[in-house]
Amino acid sequence: MFYAFAALTLLSAWAIVISQNIVRMAVYLLLTLAGAAGMYFMLEAELLAAIQLIVYAGGTLILIVFGVMLTSGNPHAQLKARGFEVFLGVLIGLAITGLLLLAMVNSQFPAERAGEYAHGYDRVGLFGQGFLSTYLIPFELAAVLLLVVMIGAAYMARRRAK
Amino acid sequence: MNPVFNINVYHFVLLSLGLVGAGVATILTKRNAIGILIGVELVLNAAGINFVAFNKYLHHSEVVAVAAEVELPQSAAIVPAGSFELTEASPSYPETMDKIGGASAQFVRRPALHGQVFTIFIIVLAAAEAAIALAIFLNFYNNFSSIDVERADELRG
Repeated sequence: MFYAFAALTLLSAWAIVISQNIVRMAVYLLLTLAGAAGMYFMLEAELLAAIQLIVYAGGTLILIVFGVMLTSGNPHAQLKARGFEVFLGVLIGLAITGLLLLAMVNSQFPAERAGEYAHGYDRVGLFGQGFLSTYLIPFELAAVLLLVVMIGAAYMARRRAK
Repeated sequence: MNPVFNINVYHFVLLSLGLVGAGVATILTKRNAIGILIGVELVLNAAGINFVAFNKYLHHSEVVAVAAEVELPQSAAIVPAGSFELTEASPSYPETMDKIGGASAQFVRRPALHGQVFTIFIIVLAAAEAAIALAIFLNFYNNFSSIDVERADELRG
């Protein structure tokens, strides 16, 4: 199961790097997000997997597809990066991956701890309690942020009177 | 146990490594502004997977104090007082203890979900960021009839 989701996530993520067509990139992003949601299921974060599918796959991706449709004036004019830039970009991406890999190999996680949440608890309920107690201020800040973003985005994308 | 089939935290960290590499490569190689936005989403997803993996494998439970009169679920793991260390960060610090009834409070070990909560905030911020970024791109497209980032050079220093 883990390897199936991992292969889905990684293959479609690197397919985004390779593909030149923006619509294909959006489809591969959908597959990557679905794979990440599967990862959250593997990590026993069911609520998070559901939120990932609803907010990301259902919201952010639709937004991106709308952006593609509204800005692709000439569908035949593909924006191709120069070969040298692609080479350099992929090289830097792989270099950062290698650097982080080195950091991971050199760090000691207490891997002997079994990754088991205590049984008998309603974890979704704990989320609700956390948002209204420990995480009350970040929760309210996120609410205000979303309001500001909604107003700001509508203001910036409005049609200007000529 | 066989490390291939015994999934542990390293597997998830490796996966998010690959994801963050793909994200950085996408950001650097695309000339379409929306492509760059997609790369940013990949990096944010990698961070989220890391948070949840560390939550599950490295900090999956914590001891909290609850008032004596609170009814606990049947399977709640009650911890005898004094069998663990109180830290300032933990919700069972003495100040909190006074509020909930001092010495009569009971201690319970319950799942800790701090990493998952953080990931929810990451998802919220990513959605907000995508909305603002697309508004900017629409504005840019209205002015330049293109979203090639190489043409966004009017602010050259």
